[in-house]
Amino acid sequence: MDSGTLFNITTIVYFVAMLLFFVYIASKNTTIARAATLAALIGFIVQTAALGLRWYEAYQILGSDGRAPLTNLYESVVFFAWSILLIYLLIDLKYRQRAIGAFVLPIALLSMLWAQLSLNSGIDPLVPALQSNWLTYHVITCFLGYAGFAVAFGVSIMYLLRIGKEEKEQGDKAVGGVIGMFPSSRVLDDLNYRAIMVGFPLLTLGIITGAAWANYAWGTYWSWDPKETWSLIVWFIYAAFLHARFTRGWVGRKAAWLSIFGFAATLFCYLGVNLVLSGLHSYGSA
Amino acid sequence: MTADTKPFADRIWDFFCSLKLTIVLLLLLAATSIIGTVIQQNAPAADYIREYGQTNYELFVKLQFTDMYHSAWFMGILGLFCVNLICCSIKNFPRAWRFVSKPTLIAPDGLLKNSANKASFSSKRDRDLLASELAAALKKEFATPRSNEAEGRIHLFAQKGIYSRFGAYMTHLSILIVIFGAIIGTLWGEKGYVNIVEGTQVDRFQQRSGEELPLGFTLRCEDFTVEYYPGSNRPKDYFSDLIILENDQHVMIKGLEKTRIEVNKPLTYRGYTFYQSSYGPAGNTTFKFRITGNTTKETQELSARAGEKISLGNGYSFVVTNYASNYSNFGPAVQMRVTAPDGAPGNPFIVLQNYPDFDAKRGGAFSFSLLAMDQLQYTGLQVAKDPGVEIVWAGCFLMVFGSLTAFFFSHRRIWICLEKDGNKTSIQMIGNAHRNQAGFSLSFNELQQKIEAAINGPATDKE
Ligand code: HEM
Repeated sequence: MDSGTLFNITTIVYFVAMLLFFVYIASKNTTIARAATLAALIGFIVQTAALGLRWYEAYQILGSDGRAPLTNLYESVVFFAWSILLIYLLIDLKYRQRAIGAFVLPIALLSMLWAQLSLNSGIDPLVPALQSNWLTYHVITCFLGYAGFAVAFGVSIMYLLRIGKEEKEQGDKAVGGVIGMFPSSRVLDDLNYRAIMVGFPLLTLGIITGAAWANYAWGTYWSWDPKETWSLIVWFIYAAFLHARFTRGWVGRKAAWLSIFGFAATLFCYLGVNLVLSGLHSYGSA
Repeated sequence: MTADTKPFADRIWDFFCSLKLTIVLLLLLAATSIIGTVIQQNAPAADYIREYGQTNYELFVKLQFTDMYHSAWFMGILGLFCVNLICCSIKNFPRAWRFVSKPTLIAPDGLLKNSANKASFSSKRDRDLLASELAAALKKEFATPRSNEAEGRIHLFAQKGIYSRFGAYMTHLSILIVIFGAIIGTLWGEKGYVNIVEGTQVDRFQQRSGEELPLGFTLRCEDFTVEYYPGSNRPKDYFSDLIILENDQHVMIKGLEKTRIEVNKPLTYRGYTFYQSSYGPAGNTTFKFRITGNTTKETQELSARAGEKISLGNGYSFVVTNYASNYSNFGPAVQMRVTAPDGAPGNPFIVLQNYPDFDAKRGGAFSFSLLAMDQLQYTGLQVAKDPGVEIVWAGCFLMVFGSLTAFFFSHRRIWICLEKDGNKTSIQMIGNAHRNQAGFSLSFNELQQKIEAAINGPATDKE
């Protein structure tokens, strides 16, 4: 079995998990919720194995030039999905708010589908600039940060759906239907904050490791290249989010919108910069 | 006093302290930073005019969009942001410091009544004895308490994680440190590049502005090498062997005379760091041949450059017409031609370096073996000297440390109040955490059970 097959299995399992989460919020059946979480966990384990296998394959194909599977667009999209699942499962472990899976798994599933269906999954050797351990630290911290923001994004959408209902029906006891299965707006608001609290220091570390690497490779820790600048833009937005919590008038809806905005900027930083703008980073051409 | 009647100075101060200003500035920095990612920065004027037209170009220059991250207005926003950060910290720091300088040793009645985490017990045992036992229990299970007696009550107070109140301040300070380091680097740093042809040396480098700066020592490139991935033209690695000379004396670096640098492996000397960044051909390629006259059996060794006509004696001559570093995977090869004494140019043929006897089979007046093909290269190095970079790293370290402290630790406090109540002792215990209330509730419940066990005392003491 090769890693590609395992990634396909992962994709299918995530699809099943997502359907189960949908069924759960429609049916309110907690056994289904447990099955959905279990499916997500199995998908995550399979994907972890697949990543390990691809790492091994890189050494098989490239010999001593092998490297961690974090270097081109395909690998980064797959790793993005993995990071989302990791952060999601950790948050599930701690807060047990099952309905969130219905809003987070689709992001991971879309990533996997995109990677498996239309990206080049070849294992190519690295150009000299990318041959550095800093690459691994940089990619891992950035993507775990992005994943925190992805979870916060899903939660913010739920918040906006829920708060409208709650306000219309006066108090969260009365909210029925599918949205009634969502955690209350207070819990969602808190989870949004907590996911960003995980993402923000990771993004900070990601920017710092990127700067350290650039300094080590080129002698300039910051050159305002579009990718760097966009990561800073994302960082500014989430810093604004964190401070919004201390300011009356900026909590609730506005904070949720900031989180959604932040994730849009994150996606642009990750993909848009390479596909739309130009810069030093590698996978635009991949 | 309402906002309108406040003195002007106070209103200015409030403005600079305001968190709303922070949010606005952060979002403004985010929004304006986009400009420089869309409009290319520091490009030649002609590029802007071609892409956007003359009028727009003039507008860009006026708005400083062509180097916006160093523009007066962007620096202005950053400056205002720093002022905001400093004022806000000055205003709020004393409040955080009060938790250190004036801890609430005695829980006020309001807190005792309304705390989210509270428990009360009653015991027949003596108050003072209980107080010392509970102090020991708190010390063991939580943190060493301080004890106070007031109005007939004994108050125990213990706390943990007070440093987490300062996580935000550490983070804020770290941002100022990073900016300070960046300013030092801008004022006293040097950036540039230098190209050194193999076997030659330099003692100065070029800044991007074109101005040359002295290094203060001599840098020599002994050799430059490129390695390719097998069967392809993708460079796998390229390196330069560098030697540093001071007053014509070799300087040993890490015990070695020669230092090999490659991409991601720079060399630092006297504050300057040299980074392998590019390479290219310098001058013509030279070829070295061993040539055997097929009738005379005499051999000679000759060097030639591409296109150069070289005499072989007896009126014969040859010229190298083409070459490749890897010809159809046979390795280095040249295409050449021999001209006979009558001036008639012969047919071109190919000589492969890796197959030295191959050309003898061609059967002409001479057979050629290619001994070496030397392409002089230059190595392109980035040169940087940044005295602010350590400060920046110190700031970054504090930033990570500070934000983790702010987010993942909390200041937790426990108060226990013991009071005589007839022939019993009544005990109240409350707890408070400045974040992560849910997690704290759980640990409060555990602590409560341990305190309860301590109140009931060792089994032998029981009634
Ligand atoms: C990009 C720049 C900034 C970063 C990364 C940053 C970071 C942080 C962090 C990590 C916290 C802790 C948040 C929490 O406890 O949830 C915090 C709190 C805070 N920040 Fe900032 N900050 C920045 C700029 C500012 C500025 C310019 C001000 C000035 C007004 C400010 C004022 C505050 C205040 C008042 C708090 C609350 C402190 C407390 O917990 O008592 N921040 N900041």
